[in-house]
Amino acid sequence: MGPAPAPVARPAAVGRASRRAGQRRAQAAAWAFCAPVTAYLLLFYAYPLYRNVDLSLRDYTVRSFVRGGAPFTGLANYTKVIDHPTFLPALTHTLVFTVASIAVQFSLGLALAVFFHRRFPLSTVMRALFLVPWLLPLIVSASTWSWMLNSDSGVVNSLLSGLGIGPVNWLTSPQWSLVSVIIANVWIGVPFNLVILYSGLQAISPEIDEAAALDGAGAWQKFRLVTFPLLRPVSAITVLLGFIYTLKVFDIIWVMTRGGPSDSSTTFATWSYRLGFGNLLPAFGPGAAVGNLLILIALVLGLVYIRVQYRPGTS
Amino acid sequence: MTTADPVSRRTRGPVRRRTALTTVVGVALTAVMLFPVYWMVNVSFTRDTDLRHTPPYWFPLHGTLDGYRAVLSQQPPYLATSLVVGLGTVLLTLVVAAPAGYSLAKLRPRGGGVLSFVLLIAQMIPGIIMAMGFYATYLRLGVLNTTVGLIVADSTIAVPFGVLVYTAFMSGISSDLLQAATIDGAGRLRTLWSLVLPVSRNATITVALFSFLWSWSDFIFASTLDQGGDHQPITLGIYHYIGNNNQQWNAIMATAVVASIPATVLLVIAQRYVAAGITTGALKD
Repeated sequence: MGPAPAPVARPAAVGRASRRAGQRRAQAAAWAFCAPVTAYLLLFYAYPLYRNVDLSLRDYTVRSFVRGGAPFTGLANYTKVIDHPTFLPALTHTLVFTVASIAVQFSLGLALAVFFHRRFPLSTVMRALFLVPWLLPLIVSASTWSWMLNSDSGVVNSLLSGLGIGPVNWLTSPQWSLVSVIIANVWIGVPFNLVILYSGLQAISPEIDEAAALDGAGAWQKFRLVTFPLLRPVSAITVLLGFIYTLKVFDIIWVMTRGGPSDSSTTFATWSYRLGFGNLLPAFGPGAAVGNLLILIALVLGLVYIRVQYRPGTS
Repeated sequence: MTTADPVSRRTRGPVRRRTALTTVVGVALTAVMLFPVYWMVNVSFTRDTDLRHTPPYWFPLHGTLDGYRAVLSQQPPYLATSLVVGLGTVLLTLVVAAPAGYSLAKLRPRGGGVLSFVLLIAQMIPGIIMAMGFYATYLRLGVLNTTVGLIVADSTIAVPFGVLVYTAFMSGISSDLLQAATIDGAGRLRTLWSLVLPVSRNATITVALFSFLWSWSDFIFASTLDQGGDHQPITLGIYHYIGNNNQQWNAIMATAVVASIPATVLLVIAQRYVAAGITTGALKD
């Protein structure tokens, strides 16, 4: 709070000009450091995305895919895909898979975060161990679950038969295949929810908790009326990130069921892959169209996410 | 204060018992959560003849190393490719992300906000879409089934995250420190190399760790861009195993166990970076 610095004894115009030149140089340097990532984004994000849009707007055959010159067909691929009998099931499964996965992951993650929030011996070690499912390669988790859910020799059916429940054809029956991939996906997603929600809980001041306890709030009341509302911003981000990641899920479903039997676990991601790479005769145009529809859903959710994350006053 | 003492002495017994109970519940929950991992290990040691036994053997009592022998004879080339691709991805990610993070955090480029926004959006693009675009491009360029092509594609999973982590971390470096370096006559590049990067070691570890892990785990780029390659990563090794209608689940699970080693090692030696990485990705500050 001292006196204002004395103005520099130098003609104002010169100072302004050199300052502007300095600023320009600083800007150039700043962008020079951003140049690699900008070039990277253009080459390895924008261009593949452009190619993908281009694929979806032309009628490609295998030959024109290699040599170019496929005729422009406008939105024909999109109408073909939307009229396809797989469209409605794929859309439904994508939404069910995403919503169910997130609802269960979030609830379990939150319950576990609250549980681990009360420090107890070994809690740090256990929290670290809970990260394991999230860190394993997806194909490892997917193949492990495949074998565990095997109809004849799987450990899950063996446990169920111990409870007197008949064998369930987890992966090979249309009514259970989607449930099976959701179970595996929830197992992978719980750690992510746990870690974020736990760090959110850590950020809540313990004094608020103590104050609530002094006011005579019970554990459940304290959670419902104090902790959960304070956790809302973090919860919103967890759920939205979950949406974005879950929409993209491909590996687990593809390895466990390939979207089958008869499309019963097909989502947009696996459908797009199957169209483009899963058959002997690739249908790149429709495959790209399905992919772009998926990106549209993701984009809408992404904008919601950014609105929530960057709303002033949430942090 | 004096009145509080007897109260706390009175409650200490029950409290300790409750803490012990909590630990027991915690152990049970952890056991349930990690059961699939245990099962993977258990099956990997099971004899061929016992694989379809009902009820399944809960412990590998007649344990065999046959599964691991199969891994040792068939998988080393896949593992080597994954290692090379993983290291390449780490290198490319760090080289692209670190300068950008430095600039966004400290040099205030005009339009930096737009760049950050684009990076956020980039993270949300589904892999299958990128894969299809890359496939079309690589086919024309003739880089399908090459290690370099796979490295580039895999790095797209990590670069936006890397810039995010570096920016968040480097924003915390004192501007006075950087000012002092500039006055000392260090150019910005030298400031980055000999001052900012050494200070940002933790950010580098986090970014390197995740980019390696993601590249090691990648299946979608490998199965589309490298399906006919001579050098295929371990995820394809496992996939071929399952796809060939292989019933040797002990060998498949043994491969899965081996493929999980990097994740396990990283968790053991760098757990705090893992947790830090997850939360930086999700929460600003």
